[in-house]
Amino acid sequence: MLQVITFWILASVTVLSAFFVVAARNPVRSVLWLILAFFSAAGLFVLLGAEFLAMLLIVVYVGAVAVLFLFVVMMLDVDFTELKQGFLSYLPFGGLVAVVLAAELILVGQAWTEAGVVAPASASTTPDTVPNLEALGMLLYDDYVYFFQAAGLVLLVAMIGAIVLTLQHKPHVKRQNVAEQVGRDRKTAVTMHDVKSGEGLDE
Amino acid sequence: MEFLQTLIGWESWAPAVQWTTLAVLQILAFMVVLLISLAFLLLMDRKVWAAVQMRKGPNVVGAFGLLQSFADFLKFVFKEIVVPAGADRTLFLIAPLITFILAFIGWAVVPVAPGWVIADLNVGIMYLFAISSLGVYGIIIGGWASNSKYPFLGALRSAAQMVSYEVSIGFIIVTVLLLAGSMNMSVIVEQQAGGFWNWNMLALHTLPVPMFLVMIPMTGIFFISALAETNRPPFDLPEAESELVAGYQVEYSSTPYLLFMIGEYLNIVLMCAMTTILFFGGWHAPFEFLSFIPPFFWFAAKVIFFFFMFAMVKALVPRYRYDQLMRLGWKIFLPTSLFAVAVVGGYVAYSGAAS
Repeated sequence: MLQVITFWILASVTVLSAFFVVAARNPVRSVLWLILAFFSAAGLFVLLGAEFLAMLLIVVYVGAVAVLFLFVVMMLDVDFTELKQGFLSYLPFGGLVAVVLAAELILVGQAWTEAGVVAPASASTTPDTVPNLEALGMLLYDDYVYFFQAAGLVLLVAMIGAIVLTLQHKPHVKRQNVAEQVGRDRKTAVTMHDVKSGEGLDE
Repeated sequence: MEFLQTLIGWESWAPAVQWTTLAVLQILAFMVVLLISLAFLLLMDRKVWAAVQMRKGPNVVGAFGLLQSFADFLKFVFKEIVVPAGADRTLFLIAPLITFILAFIGWAVVPVAPGWVIADLNVGIMYLFAISSLGVYGIIIGGWASNSKYPFLGALRSAAQMVSYEVSIGFIIVTVLLLAGSMNMSVIVEQQAGGFWNWNMLALHTLPVPMFLVMIPMTGIFFISALAETNRPPFDLPEAESELVAGYQVEYSSTPYLLFMIGEYLNIVLMCAMTTILFFGGWHAPFEFLSFIPPFFWFAAKVIFFFFMFAMVKALVPRYRYDQLMRLGWKIFLPTSLFAVAVVGGYVAYSGAAS
């Protein structure tokens, strides 16, 4: 019973906050609603018995990706009224995409339950014998290790690419060299001059 | 009447109600204990700085100033809540609540003694990591909603800082997970039974493989990252009073400010508890013959010791510059902890400890 109540609360919060992502006037509030949607989706994962995925969703999307979203959106100077004017003209197209998506999801759901082709997969998200964390680890690191590593490499290349594109070496920027700073001693740092009064140093 | 009962389905409701009541009572008891001990930890914090600076510290309210925290509490509660003009009112008031609530729900998976844990999740450590990664929202929302430049700058700094140091904390947690072979906090603590040489800091049970060469640096890096994650000195750039007045909480007064402070201090104590559980054997005594003292005492003693260390660091170490902070996080801690994950992973794979 508690499960059912929890499901309905989480599901309705997810859908409502997803609605407000679009409906909110202020982009920062949109992102905050998005974060709430992520969070409730993580709750739904927990109900499915996929607690590791739920935690990953929170750590990766809520804890890192959404923070960066928020970061960018907060610093943007967006003209809200101009943004709102475009809203209605995009409505038919957006609605069409939504209808197609919903139709596809319903179709897949129907086929999934009726056809016997994928029947074993629908039985349980995780095998009964091992916790779902171990099951996930077995799949990723035993069965599909090369694909997993390849995906990691793609991400690495993307990351290096982004850094290379944005990295600039400005010639006149002073950078701190900690080793040099720590390695200084009296001999290299201090020089003694015998300055005659009224003449000063020319250096 | 019978019809009504079947409609509501009382039989199916009863366990749910019972479970909820029990859980709520447990949580309330835990919260009360936590808040009261927090009041005295706060006093200890101030007394330690005072002692380092050769002052007396708070000593007027109650004997030795013992009631100072309660006096401060009342002072904050009775002040007026000022919401700045042009601030986003809702978010401005939600932000301290987020910090406050997140600081509490993280404690749900912390085992303080054998079986003394509110939720014994089998992904406990992931949960704690997830909750601590959410902590940034209270600060960033508070800074933005204040509609003022200094809080906003403080919030941005804080977000960048917390996201950066989370990465190395994550990797360090992975090394402990690999050694323990579980994500359940109670199992991680149970694995370190038998004496201080089995604690993950030393991990001498892995001998002849000298795993302590990896784990001692990891302990240090975790402690420093914990300082950065909780915005404590020497990494308190988000609220650097010499540059940003008080960072994200400039505009906060009264109870919202109090909620921020309680949340911040609860997070610090949570980090102390995490250090204790991950590296210092949780509730286990350092020697077997000392285990006649109840486990809860050992846990509390270790947490208080780390809290003392946090206070000492605040008293002794000057604040980092921002570029130094980022350099330390990304160029030193991240590669070191990544390397440590590879080393510990290699050990676990080849020693057969995983199977």
